[in-house]
Amino acid sequence: MKHITTLNSRNFKESMKKGGCGECQTSCQSACKTSCTVGNQTCEHKK
Amino acid sequence: MADLIAGLLKCSLLIVKGINMIHRFKNNGYNIVLDVNSGSVHVVDDIAYDAIGLYDEGCKDIVAELGKTYKDVSEEEIEELIGEIETLKERGELFSEDIYENYIIDVNKRQTVVKALCLHIAHDCNLACKYCFAGEGEYHGRTALMSLEVGKKSLDFLVANSGNRRNLEVDFFGGEPLMNFDVVKEIVKYGRELEKTHDKKFRFTLTTNGVLLNDDIMEFANKEMANLVLSIDGRKEIHDMMRPSRNNKGSYDLVLPKFKKAAESRHQTDYYVRGTFTHYNTDFYKDVLHLADLGFKQISVEPVVAPQSEDYAITEEDVPVICEGYDKLASEMLKRMNEGNEFNFFHFMIDLEGGPCVAKRLSGCGSGTEYLAVTPWGDLYPCHQFVGNEDFLMGNLDDGIVRTDICNEFKHCNVYSKPDCKNCFAKFYCSGGCAANAYNFHGSINASYDIGCKLQKKRVECALMLKAAGKLK
Repeated sequence: MKHITTLNSRNFKESMKKGGCGECQTSCQSACKTSCTVGNQTCEHKK
Repeated sequence: MADLIAGLLKCSLLIVKGINMIHRFKNNGYNIVLDVNSGSVHVVDDIAYDAIGLYDEGCKDIVAELGKTYKDVSEEEIEELIGEIETLKERGELFSEDIYENYIIDVNKRQTVVKALCLHIAHDCNLACKYCFAGEGEYHGRTALMSLEVGKKSLDFLVANSGNRRNLEVDFFGGEPLMNFDVVKEIVKYGRELEKTHDKKFRFTLTTNGVLLNDDIMEFANKEMANLVLSIDGRKEIHDMMRPSRNNKGSYDLVLPKFKKAAESRHQTDYYVRGTFTHYNTDFYKDVLHLADLGFKQISVEPVVAPQSEDYAITEEDVPVICEGYDKLASEMLKRMNEGNEFNFFHFMIDLEGGPCVAKRLSGCGSGTEYLAVTPWGDLYPCHQFVGNEDFLMGNLDDGIVRTDICNEFKHCNVYSKPDCKNCFAKFYCSGGCAANAYNFHGSINASYDIGCKLQKKRVECALMLKAAGKLK
């Protein structure tokens, strides 16, 4: 595309198929104890 | 008639706000468009930025409107641009619909298991930090240390309630956990035994103020702790003002050398130096950069959450200054990234390719369901921030979760149960925000903490800008 560059190929919608396994880290377990930081967690489905 | 149809095609008038949603913003020279419901992030030129804005507003003739501003651009070129927008829309990457509101019903029906515990190893502290939500370590209750018996019972409880989940997390928290370090060591040892017999993997985290940190503890932490959280606020005068010892002396000079050593001994990974900023240092970005200049590579500095009655609380008037600070920080991080001297700022982390699934994004941090806090005497609360509030006492290690109503309330708390979140572009990044903050400010876990929301939105914008800069350099 000439005017638009898309940064990511992953779509939230696709994650509905296999999502919800819960193997990922709890957000407050990382560094944060006073705000919800789910967006910066990483999926650990395959680990 | 033909013109009318062409106009309709060009503009796609059938955009209903709230069903599909975009967020456009400019940051550090980048024009960014976030398609909220798909999570797609687009970097666009000026004319595309304006075109997408007109499209979003339901403009009836984008070609004519853009022609007024972009006089040198031909109609054919604008039509080509509209074609790009249409293509992204067809792919579900722009103006995509919100299809998750029904999906959440299924998410809510799921059987939740407990996968993480915050162990309050010590309700006591050797510092007297002014902003401590634990009331100088004691959670407004009595001073207490967790016994090994309670610690072991906690791990047994976690294993018994974790179902098929393999990765289990245990955070040693306080007060100051190192005031009860012998019990920490024994709990870890017990956990390693349970791993073998129950096919589980414990990831331990230790949060410490550093006062009692020594070489032996570092060695143990490097062997056993998946993550180490080291509390330091930044510049000496800032740190010492808010984090004094019990005899009112600053703790910066005592803890800094230990933290530098700990970070190096962990090869600058799997740890965070973690600070809190307040009304007294709304120029917190200087504290972040101070920590970076000291050589720390993993940094988290977060806004204090405190009632407005406290002199150090973040006020509504502080918000624009703090947002400007986030921009300055992002700009400096970009500069350092280009110089090969980058560092990681926790609140700007965003994973566009491998981030959480939408079920996780909808259900939030898991407090009260997947994540519980355990007091030194074995009581269970939805998370560390609720400890001491008897209205949220869910049960104990002997009887399990007795107050299933509390558990259910947290289970059904999500971005769709919070009215303020429905039309917010950041909802899939904060997942509705912190339940404890919402409760403390508005008396309901389904409310929103307004100041926190404003700062969160700015952080998401900065994070996306940094991603754009990293990918397009």
